[in-house]
Amino acid sequence: MATAVTSRLSKRSFWAPFQRMPTSIGLCCAWISVVIFVGIAARWVAPYEYLHQDPLARFSKPFISAAHMLGTDYLGRDVVSNLLVATQTTLMIAIIGSLICAIIGTSLGLLAAHFGGWVDNAIMGFSDAMASIPFIIVALGVLAIFGSSPLLFVFLVGFANWERYARLTRGLVLSAKEEGYAEAARIVGVPPMRIYLRHMLPNIAGPLIVQFTVNFPEIILLESGLSFLGLGIQPPATSLGLMVADGRSYLAIAWWLVAFPGAVIVLTTLSISLLGDYLRDRFDARLR
Amino acid sequence: MGAFILSRLFRALVVLVSTVTVVFIVLRISGDAAQQMLPDTASPEALTAFRAKWGLDRSIFEQYLIYVSNALQGDFGTSYADGREVFVIVSERIPKTLLLTVSAFILSIALGIPAGILAAVRRESPVDKGVMAGAVLGYSVPNFLLGLVFVFVFAVWLRILPSSGSSTWSHMILPVATFALFNAAGIARFMRSTLIDVLGQPYISAARADGIPNWEIILFHALPNAAIPMITTLGFTAGGLLGGAVLIEPVFAWPGLGSGFVAATSSGDLAVVQAMILLFTAFMVTINLTVDVLYAVLNPKIRMQ
Repeated sequence: MATAVTSRLSKRSFWAPFQRMPTSIGLCCAWISVVIFVGIAARWVAPYEYLHQDPLARFSKPFISAAHMLGTDYLGRDVVSNLLVATQTTLMIAIIGSLICAIIGTSLGLLAAHFGGWVDNAIMGFSDAMASIPFIIVALGVLAIFGSSPLLFVFLVGFANWERYARLTRGLVLSAKEEGYAEAARIVGVPPMRIYLRHMLPNIAGPLIVQFTVNFPEIILLESGLSFLGLGIQPPATSLGLMVADGRSYLAIAWWLVAFPGAVIVLTTLSISLLGDYLRDRFDARLR
Repeated sequence: MGAFILSRLFRALVVLVSTVTVVFIVLRISGDAAQQMLPDTASPEALTAFRAKWGLDRSIFEQYLIYVSNALQGDFGTSYADGREVFVIVSERIPKTLLLTVSAFILSIALGIPAGILAAVRRESPVDKGVMAGAVLGYSVPNFLLGLVFVFVFAVWLRILPSSGSSTWSHMILPVATFALFNAAGIARFMRSTLIDVLGQPYISAARADGIPNWEIILFHALPNAAIPMITTLGFTAGGLLGGAVLIEPVFAWPGLGSGFVAATSSGDLAVVQAMILLFTAFMVTINLTVDVLYAVLNPKIRMQ
């Protein structure tokens, strides 16, 4: 198990879970691909400029006219165009946030495992404190103080649940240290940094990737939640949570303003969660 | 066991004091409340008067001492936004949130634990599949969205329940249902996996080999052992209720702590924000302490020490 990892082997084992996968996971992957495509090409494929108002066509119902497939909102803005741009914004924030979270968490976990002693205690104590209070309350507190700016918001979202990465990485590194290959590399004089990055990281990447798939939907939900409360993304920018918040006042007369962005949130988080569950099972099976 | 509980009490106190300190310092050094609360056109004299009125012109250490001594007497200052006492604003919202979260918590335990046990005992049955599907959905549907769906179905479409407010008991149904469904799904999933774990242990096989009836094994051998990890999860769920309240209460215009916190955050009413964060921390610390004590009482390994 603990043999040296050659790049070809790890590449093949990385793609292995995607062969012979069940249809449901295939559908999840398909939806995720669509979302990623939208994330890249939203502005080019959107039929209208998303802020374009058409007062004469306010509250058009969806699936009726070809001009506005998913209807229009209270200012006559095209729901399809808004949805595409909002998905792009939400996706960007979730990607950047997840990466920040993974980097902060993994680095702190690594530091805790490497130094041990009081560094370990301080980092783990901090992560316990973070875990004990719902992050949305911390986030609201920070937003109350600094006000909402896009940059702060992305970093704030990226700070959610970093402690899970830290705890996971710490545990994985501590147990990897006990394995023969790390010890062998240390004895022949490989510097610690290189052992961690070149030898350990590929071996512990599986659980970290699974953690990423758990964290990513949570960040989407956090972004939507904060934007829903009016404390996240600010107009004229748009995001899925903001669209839900916007449509909420018109729930009685225009259900589609909430339903479509809501459906995109649910489908995306559901797909990523299911894919993550599936990957975890496959990785576990491989480890067994 | 006494020493264990004492050490946890001490830790709780440390967390509380450090939260008060950090929150206070961060809030005071980060922004000028006078400029946030007064219009941009306010004269310098008005700003100075405002600072003097709220004690913002003294040194931060003095402000801190004054704040702590006042807080210990239940005086959290006055709201910047509407000039009423923070203590009054916060305390009139506490019962509303407690009513909502406690009923939701009880309901989610009453739904989640039996469902989880059934799912674990009857693997692959409809109950099991329902629990697993519900748990997956619970992780992917935002709670505020489920709330809006409920509003649409029961208030807009069927017109049988009120969508917002808190005046009668029927106003409670939708927010409580939103809360409880989420938590019940999580509780059921955890109950299921814990019980499956326990049922695979050798002592269960031994009990089976002894010919003990199945219901007795589950009731007297498996469940007490599953209870210990379950307590931790219930503690987490109880702690998460406040996070949920922040999103669910505004959906139903429920006048509790959650919507109050959001309103205070939006208007930059730092006095209220500060008091509420303190209250939330105290709540979390109490829950964690309760979990630890229950843990010590239930777990013989700690009890015997």
